[in-house]
Amino acid sequence: MTGEEISKAVEKIAVQIINKNKNIKDLVFIGIVTRGVHLATRIINEIKKLKKLGLPLGMLDITFYRDDVDSIGKQPLAKETKIDFDINDKKVILVDDVLFTGRSIRAALDEIMDFGRPNSVELVVLIDRGHRELPVYAEYVGKTVKTNYSDKVHVHLKEIDKTDRVVLVSKKSSR
Amino acid sequence: MRLKNKDLLGLEYLSKEEIELILKTAVPFKELFTRSIKKVPTLRGKTVVLLFYEPSTRTRISFELAAKRLSADTVNISASGSSVEKGESLIDTGKTLEAMKADFVVIRHSMSGASHVLARNINPSVINAGDGSHEHPTQGLLDIFTINEKKGTVKGLKVVIIGDIAHSRVARSNIWGLTKLGAEVVVCGPSTLIPRDIEKTGAKVCYNLDFALKNADVVNVLRIQLERQKTKRLPSLREYNLLFGMTKEKLKLAKPDVIIMHPGPMNRGIEITSNVADGAQSVIDEQVTNGIAVRMAVLYLLAGGKSSPES
Repeated sequence: MTGEEISKAVEKIAVQIINKNKNIKDLVFIGIVTRGVHLATRIINEIKKLKKLGLPLGMLDITFYRDDVDSIGKQPLAKETKIDFDINDKKVILVDDVLFTGRSIRAALDEIMDFGRPNSVELVVLIDRGHRELPVYAEYVGKTVKTNYSDKVHVHLKEIDKTDRVVLVSKKSSR
Repeated sequence: MRLKNKDLLGLEYLSKEEIELILKTAVPFKELFTRSIKKVPTLRGKTVVLLFYEPSTRTRISFELAAKRLSADTVNISASGSSVEKGESLIDTGKTLEAMKADFVVIRHSMSGASHVLARNINPSVINAGDGSHEHPTQGLLDIFTINEKKGTVKGLKVVIIGDIAHSRVARSNIWGLTKLGAEVVVCGPSTLIPRDIEKTGAKVCYNLDFALKNADVVNVLRIQLERQKTKRLPSLREYNLLFGMTKEKLKLAKPDVIIMHPGPMNRGIEITSNVADGAQSVIDEQVTNGIAVRMAVLYLLAGGKSSPES
């Protein structure tokens, strides 16, 4: 996926969100760190261009809500979680870069519920690569990609990775 | 990066990188305290046993809250009212807890090295919560975390530790940790309460408070341990207060932005006056808050990758 395709996908998602939500003022965005936050920022900016309306953005680090804390290996360093608005009775748009097993989203949903009781939560992802292990569904998808389970999908965003692109890295098939 | 050992026994045995990892990990845990739900499910299903052979309020409660905010279960054992009174040995008690499938044992004991004995003999992670006059690593870590938070760095700072260095596990953990991170540590107190070989740890010694306080960035006032003064190392508490008590006037000798710390519990009017303890430069209450975050970080880091060989 090229930088241009990413921009197109962000525009498409912004339009879909506007069309689907009459009361756009009730929306709040929560991005999953790190890249979900940058994607959410872009979508919010796109909506601002189209509707002249700023929407709140929170960031969510799901490290403490993961289900594999004591699996052998290093512990990831948690980053900042910052949701400085009330999410009660709001419509939360949750944003992540890649949707895979659905476990991150499960963790994110648990954490969001600890902040309050939103009216509803909808999911935005740039890439849906399949292989769901939990019943998780993304309402807004930039691109659906067929992958093998062992593949890696790397999302690079200008804000932190200098360029905009998505690459699919296939493990050399071991047959 | 992760901690090398299954246990946390002292800052002497940690590398600079490991100390920095714990400090960094504690930051997002502290952020949790600002939420209305301060609890995360990270250590759900884990059991933390608090084995306290010596009295303690803040350390025990701090560990208990740290474990509970990570959703672990906690069990309290104190020496009185348990089989310790019947003469059970430390190792046997540890083996019993291991058989009950405890994941962590937090131990406070009056004998230096008790946590090491336990750690060598059982599989659960052992965390030293103070062993005799040896080490109190999580107190050292929370002190360093507080300094780092207030000053932005530890490197190059002058930290003065005042009081009963001989009996103080807090002082020893602070010295090991702070010198590893590049601070200048000066210990100050009556010569009877300063061990002769303390300079081997990297600390400097000063017997005159006025001189020690010059250019100090941090002053850590230790508690005069009244329960350990039976050997008459002090002529009188009044004399100690006159020579080493931290007062508003003495504080003026340090840097204007000096911070005042105390591990608690305080003997107000002996080692520290109330107007210093409650003054604008005091960070004593924040030390208590930070203690929970640091202990959460330690439990979290020890829970991962446990007992796995280098691979």
